[in-house]
Amino acid sequence: MEFLSYFSHVFEPVSLLLLIGGTIGGLILGATPGLSPTMAVALLIPFTFHLQPSQGLILLGAAYTSTVAGGAVSAILLKIPGAPANIATALDGNEMAKKGEGAKALHLAFMSSAVGGIIGVLLLIFLTPTLAKWALAFGPSHLFWIAILGVTVIGTLDSKSFVKGLLSGCIGLWLSMIGYDDIQGAERFIFTDALTGGINIIAALIGLFAIPQVLDMLSKGRARSAMDAIEVRHQSLTASFKEMVSNMRALSIGTVVGSIIGLIPGVGGQIAGLVAYDQARKFSPEKDKFGTGHAEGVIAAESANNAMVGPSLVPLLTLSIPGSPTAAVLLGGLLIHGIFPGSDLFKNHAAVAWTFIDSMLIGQVLMVIFGIYIANLAAKIAQVPRSILAAGVFILAVFGAYSVQQSMGDVHVMIVLGIAMYVLEKFGFSAAPLVLGLILGPIAESNFLQGSLIAGAQDGAVIYFLTGYLNLFLIALVVASVGYAFWSTMTSRRELEKSQKSGLMR
Amino acid sequence: MRTSTKKFQQIASGGTVLLVAITVAWLSYTREPASAFLFPRLISIVFLALSCWNFFRAVMGMARIGGGLDVTSAMHITPGLVVMLVYVFWLAKFLGFYVASSLTFFVLLTLYDSGNRSELSNWAKRALITAFFMAIMYALFAFVLKVQLPRGMFI
Repeated sequence: MEFLSYFSHVFEPVSLLLLIGGTIGGLILGATPGLSPTMAVALLIPFTFHLQPSQGLILLGAAYTSTVAGGAVSAILLKIPGAPANIATALDGNEMAKKGEGAKALHLAFMSSAVGGIIGVLLLIFLTPTLAKWALAFGPSHLFWIAILGVTVIGTLDSKSFVKGLLSGCIGLWLSMIGYDDIQGAERFIFTDALTGGINIIAALIGLFAIPQVLDMLSKGRARSAMDAIEVRHQSLTASFKEMVSNMRALSIGTVVGSIIGLIPGVGGQIAGLVAYDQARKFSPEKDKFGTGHAEGVIAAESANNAMVGPSLVPLLTLSIPGSPTAAVLLGGLLIHGIFPGSDLFKNHAAVAWTFIDSMLIGQVLMVIFGIYIANLAAKIAQVPRSILAAGVFILAVFGAYSVQQSMGDVHVMIVLGIAMYVLEKFGFSAAPLVLGLILGPIAESNFLQGSLIAGAQDGAVIYFLTGYLNLFLIALVVASVGYAFWSTMTSRRELEKSQKSGLMR
Repeated sequence: MRTSTKKFQQIASGGTVLLVAITVAWLSYTREPASAFLFPRLISIVFLALSCWNFFRAVMGMARIGGGLDVTSAMHITPGLVVMLVYVFWLAKFLGFYVASSLTFFVLLTLYDSGNRSELSNWAKRALITAFFMAIMYALFAFVLKVQLPRGMFI
């Protein structure tokens, strides 16, 4: 129960202010279509530089939690999911809003988000220290395989094409090697002066997540976006609470599904809402009502989205493997503050780690309070024209990238990477594995070199890296993640061909 | 988009990635000291193998993921992209960060705003939005974060 003693840190004035600011800002950013939670967290990282590590993480954690929930506002009132995680929410939430039950849908979304989120964070609290102790048994070879596993899992599960997902991971690993080698001081892949110090992770994160979204907004040209928010009429909070409690089955399904999906490295929140929605429909006696404005749909989807957030940090804080793309960005935030996830986290940085986790618990409560009251305002802000959003995000990205090291070189790297990522995304490549390769590359390399030195003094690299139960288990996981992705790609392709054929026959 | 254009784009993107992989592998295996390139060599082999496979699939017309770039989107992006690049690579240092950023923000807004460009009120609205946004940025970076931004001809 160590976590209880750090709650007081969260209530320190600056920390509390950051938590509230992060929650409100996250809700507004989450509600704004085109601004993903991952991008919001990436843009916030430069600001955390000027804060204490725990305060910086409080801000990032609050933004992560509330952007996911904030996406429900635009999903319900505009039928445009603020983030991919809110796709399932739009199915019933918008129908409820059309029927004049917008306030009820918003209440249910935020309340079930909080229930799911709190249970998810509790899982994080109880699982993380245990797994972190287990991680003590890891040597350089295991840590090398874990880093590789992180890249392959997110590369294969987060991408539509497993080859392109893995290739994205390889590009990230290569980018991480640019600069001077740590041991020999040798120049590696330095093509221009801007790359002398290597690629700064924060500038890269901003470029890879923000610039493609800016370009995507610009690609729509001057067309006016037809987004009219549905007006919300007052609804009693008690009635909404009773409604949520009466739909305990959907709430439980959403929470359990979200927690499990969050624990699986790389899967992320995108699918948690959809899987929970599907399961809630299957188990519901009122299956036919789903999609017509049924409360169960909103509850299941939103509880799953936020239940995923806490568990997605379990593999991140223990093994450096993020559970979602946003968690990958959070890993970057941890590393820039000199905090390395793993067995030492709760020994050397216990105050930072527990304050961060505790703040996420309190953040869930704040999210409900502010979410319900600023939903209308957030919906109005969500209608900000694309041109303002694109120009604003771009300027913020430039200022953020520059402020990290006060270097124009970082800004150049940021924009070049961003444009390249936009083009790569158009061909099925994905930013998440690339970022993970970039972040985990140095961890993989240092452990590979350490392992090679140990292996040189023992039985050789092959035996050191490829034998032993733990090594074999991790290698099996790497192979299984690639194998599963290959199998699912083949299955979906066969299904697509079959449906195309049947379409032609008709 | 026509199938042949899509296939050509997939081949071009696959070819570019393959070219990068070949360069990385070549540099990894030819540069010294070898011990500094131990890890790059390991990664470059996997990178090269996957790039070859990706390129082969594109050539055979098996690469179906990703719709590629379409002309309309490219036409829409180009003016904005030019403004962004001019700002980042030249204007920011020449004019100073705040002036260049204000100009860029205003130009981007004007280029992509759906409002009528012949109406004076729209120009005034865009100028006001730019001033408001830049005031926030100035307050945030100059006063709160105390970041020294490059000064050019102006501030």
